[in-house]
Amino acid sequence: MPGIDVDAPGSVQLLMGNEAFARGALEAGIGFTASYPGTPASEILSTLASVAKKMNFHAEWSTNEIVALEAAAGASFAGIPAISSMKQNGINVVSDFLVNLGMTGIGKGGLVVVAGDDPSAISSSNEQDSRWICKWMDMPLLEPSTAQEAKEMVKWAFDLSRELDIVCIVRETTRLAHTRGNVKLGELPKTEKKAYFADTWNMCNPTKSKFTAGSFGILHYQLQQKLAKAPAIFEASLFNYYVGPDKPELLIITSGVCQLFSREAVEELKLQDRVGIFRLATSWPLPEKLVEKQLSRAQKVLFVEEINPFIEGSVMELAASFPASKPHIDFYGKRTGHISLFGEQNTDLVISAIAKIMGATYQARDAEYQKGIEEAAKMVPPRSINFCAGCPHRGTYWAVKDALTLDGRNGLATGDIGCYSMGFVAGGFFQERAMHCMGAGIGVANGLGNLKQFGFTQPVIAMAGDSTFYHACIPALINSVYNEANFIFLILDNSATAMTGFQPHPGVGKGATGEQAPVVDMDALCRSLGAKVEVCDPFDLKNTTETLVRLMADEEPGAKVVIMRRVCELVRARREKAPYKMHVDPDKCAGDDCGCKRLCIRLFACPGLMWDKEAGKAKIDEALCTGCGLCTDICPQGAIIKEAV
Amino acid sequence: MKTLTKEPLNVIIGGVGGQGNVLMAFLLGGALVNKGYFTGVCDTYGTSQRGGPVASHVRISKNRQYGPLISSGHAGVILALEPVEALRLLNQFGSQDTIVITNSRPVYSSDVSSGKATYPEMDELLQAIEKFSAKLTVIDATDAALKMGGSIYTNIIMIGALIGADLLPVDKESIVEVLSERFHGTVLDNNIKALDKGIELVRQ
Repeated sequence: MPGIDVDAPGSVQLLMGNEAFARGALEAGIGFTASYPGTPASEILSTLASVAKKMNFHAEWSTNEIVALEAAAGASFAGIPAISSMKQNGINVVSDFLVNLGMTGIGKGGLVVVAGDDPSAISSSNEQDSRWICKWMDMPLLEPSTAQEAKEMVKWAFDLSRELDIVCIVRETTRLAHTRGNVKLGELPKTEKKAYFADTWNMCNPTKSKFTAGSFGILHYQLQQKLAKAPAIFEASLFNYYVGPDKPELLIITSGVCQLFSREAVEELKLQDRVGIFRLATSWPLPEKLVEKQLSRAQKVLFVEEINPFIEGSVMELAASFPASKPHIDFYGKRTGHISLFGEQNTDLVISAIAKIMGATYQARDAEYQKGIEEAAKMVPPRSINFCAGCPHRGTYWAVKDALTLDGRNGLATGDIGCYSMGFVAGGFFQERAMHCMGAGIGVANGLGNLKQFGFTQPVIAMAGDSTFYHACIPALINSVYNEANFIFLILDNSATAMTGFQPHPGVGKGATGEQAPVVDMDALCRSLGAKVEVCDPFDLKNTTETLVRLMADEEPGAKVVIMRRVCELVRARREKAPYKMHVDPDKCAGDDCGCKRLCIRLFACPGLMWDKEAGKAKIDEALCTGCGLCTDICPQGAIIKEAV
Repeated sequence: MKTLTKEPLNVIIGGVGGQGNVLMAFLLGGALVNKGYFTGVCDTYGTSQRGGPVASHVRISKNRQYGPLISSGHAGVILALEPVEALRLLNQFGSQDTIVITNSRPVYSSDVSSGKATYPEMDELLQAIEKFSAKLTVIDATDAALKMGGSIYTNIIMIGALIGADLLPVDKESIVEVLSERFHGTVLDNNIKALDKGIELVRQ
C-alpha cells in the first residue's frame, strides 16, 4: 500500500478507520497532533506521526491525554489546525481542560477531538459512552459509520470548529476504528502555515485576552449561542439521510456502525418495504426540524445505538415538546429493553429487536444445525489470557506472590492499566486485587497506606507500568511522601507502552516520529521527590522476593519505590537472539511423582512450557519458548535446564 | 469485475494471536480493493496480544460497503490457521453452506498445556468440521512452512490455499502486487514461493 500521504486524489485505498481519520486530518491541513496511546484510538496518531516529518507538521505522544489536548489547543490558539485523539478514558482525563476550552473558544486554527469508545470493553477496563461530554460541555458531535465517512467527517469537523470557534468532537467505536474499508482519497492542501498567538478581544470577556476563562457566566451563554448555530448547519448535511418507504411502519433512528447493522438487519428480515432507517450523523445538538420531519413518517420508532440511550433520550425529549394534536409515537430502544443498555450491537441483535416489534420470525440457521454445531463446539477448549512467553511481568508477579506469602499478613497488590493488568487473572497468580483507571493503583495505596490507626497491617504493593508512571502516578507519589503513606510502589519498567503497540514514552529516548528524544530519568525523578528507590530485575526472583519482604517490614512512612527493570520480551526478541536454549532434563523431572503437581505448567504457566503426555513430564514448546531462562529458577527438581547460546 | 458467488461474500480468517492472520486479511483486502470491490476487513480480538483467538471478518461486495461484522450463519468461507479455531468460528458464524479450509497443526492454549482443558482428538475434530460445513480441506501448512525454513510462512501458504481453491475473485498476481508493496528481495521471493506452495497443496 502507498503511504497515508499519497497525493493521488480520486484513487481508492483500503484504509483502517483510524487511518482514515488520519487521512482526513491531512486533507484538512493539520499542523499539530498530540495524543496518548489507548485502544481503540492509538493508530490515528501513529499513522500521522509516520508522515509528520515529511509533511512538516508536529506529531507527539504526550505524557497523557490532558497534556496532549492542552498542547493541541495551544497550537490552535496560534492559528495552527490541530487534532487530538484518545480512547474513552482519555475523554475523562481531558474533561477539566475541555470545559474551560468551551468558555474561551479555540482560536483560528481549528481543533478536533476524536473520542474512541470501546463498547463491550474489548480492550479496556470499562465501557463508557463519551458522547455525553458533548451535551455536558456544549460541543458539536459527529458520528461516522465507515472509513470513508471518518475521513470526510474529520475534514468537516475542522470547518465546523473554525466556523463556530468551538471544539468539534468526532466519535468512533472499536469496530469503526479497526475496520478497513474502501476510501476514496481527496486533495492534500499545500498552503504554508504561520503560527502567531493573536489574543483577540472578546466583548464578553473583561480580561485583555479571549483565551482566559473566568468567573464570567456570560462566557457559558456565549458558548451556548455558538452551539445554537450548529443545528441549522446539520439540517442541511448530506450525512443525515433517510432510506426506506415514505411511510414505514417502523422508523429506525441510528448512528455510527449501528447504521450498518440496522440496514443489514432490515434486509435479512426482508422488511425493506415496511421499515425505514434515518441515519443521524450529527447527534448533538439535534437538528430538530429534520428529526421532527423524520418522526412524522411513522408511529413506531426504534433507536439503535452504542452504548447509552443518547440519541434516544434527546429525541424523546424533543417529542415531549410536540403539541398534543400530533399522532402518538411508540418509542422502542434501550428504555424498553429491545436494545441492550450495555455492550456492542451487531446485526443479530438488531434483527431480534426489529422482529420483536414487527412480529416477524427469523432463524439464522436451521434448528437442527444450530443444535448439532453447539453440541460439537463443546470440544473447543478455551484460550485464556496470559502473559506472553518470556514476559518480565510473570517474574514480577511470581516474586510478589512469594513475598506476600512469606510475609504472612495477607498483603495485597493494587494494579493499574497496561499488560500487567492481567495480574488479576491466573497468569499473574491472582495477585492484583484492585484495578481501576490510569494511576489508581498508587492512588488507592495512598489510602490503604494510611490506616495504621485502625489496626491495618496488611502490606500494600502498588504496581504501575513505565508509561503509566509518567502518565498518572507522579502526583500520587508526591502525595505518599508528603502525607507519609506507607506502601511499596513497583514500577514495571519494560521500556515500552506494550499493551497498545510499543509506542515510545518519556523514558525511552525516542519520540513519536522515531527521532532521538531526551530521556526523563525515572529513578532520579523518584529520588528527587524524596522516595527511597531500589532497582530489581524481574528475572532475579530471589533478589526481588528478598527486597520485597525486607521493604514490607520497613515501618518508615512514605512510598518505597522498586523499579522492576527488564525490557518487554517482544521488543527484545525483535532486537536480538534468545539468550538461552532451554530443555527439560527427563531424568530430573519427576513428572506426577514430584509433588509439585506440575507447578511449571499449572501455576507458572508460561506458554513456552507444555506437558508431554506420553512421557508424563514437562517439555519446552520450542515454537513458543523465547529462551528467557526464568523457569529454571522455579522448578523444585532443577529439571529445567538453560544453556547459554 | 467478476460476479461473486454470494452478495456479499463473507470470509472469516481465524487463528491464534501471533499467527499472522491480520496480515492475511490485509493482503486479501488490498487485492480485492485493487480489483474494484468494496471490501471490509474487521480484525476482532480480545485483550490478549498473543495466544488468544483472533478472527478477521472480510466482507466483499460489488455494490456497497458492508458492516464490520458477519452475522450468525453467514460465513461463506472460513480460512483457519488452527483447526480448533475453525470449529469455534463455524459455531459462531457457519452454516451447512460454509466452505472450510484449515491448517492441520494445533496450537495448545495454556488451559490445555496446564491440564485444565483438553484438546480434542484430531479425527473427531475434523469429522465435526466436515459434518457441519459444505466442504472441508485440510492443509499441512505449518509442516510445509517449516520445510521452507520457518513457521512464519504458514499464513502465506494458507492465503495461497484460499486462492488456489478458486472461491474468491483474487488470483496469485493480485496478492503478489500487494505483497510487493510491503516486502522486497528474498523476503518477497520466499513469500511468493509460500503462495505457490499453498496453491499446490489445495489443488492436490
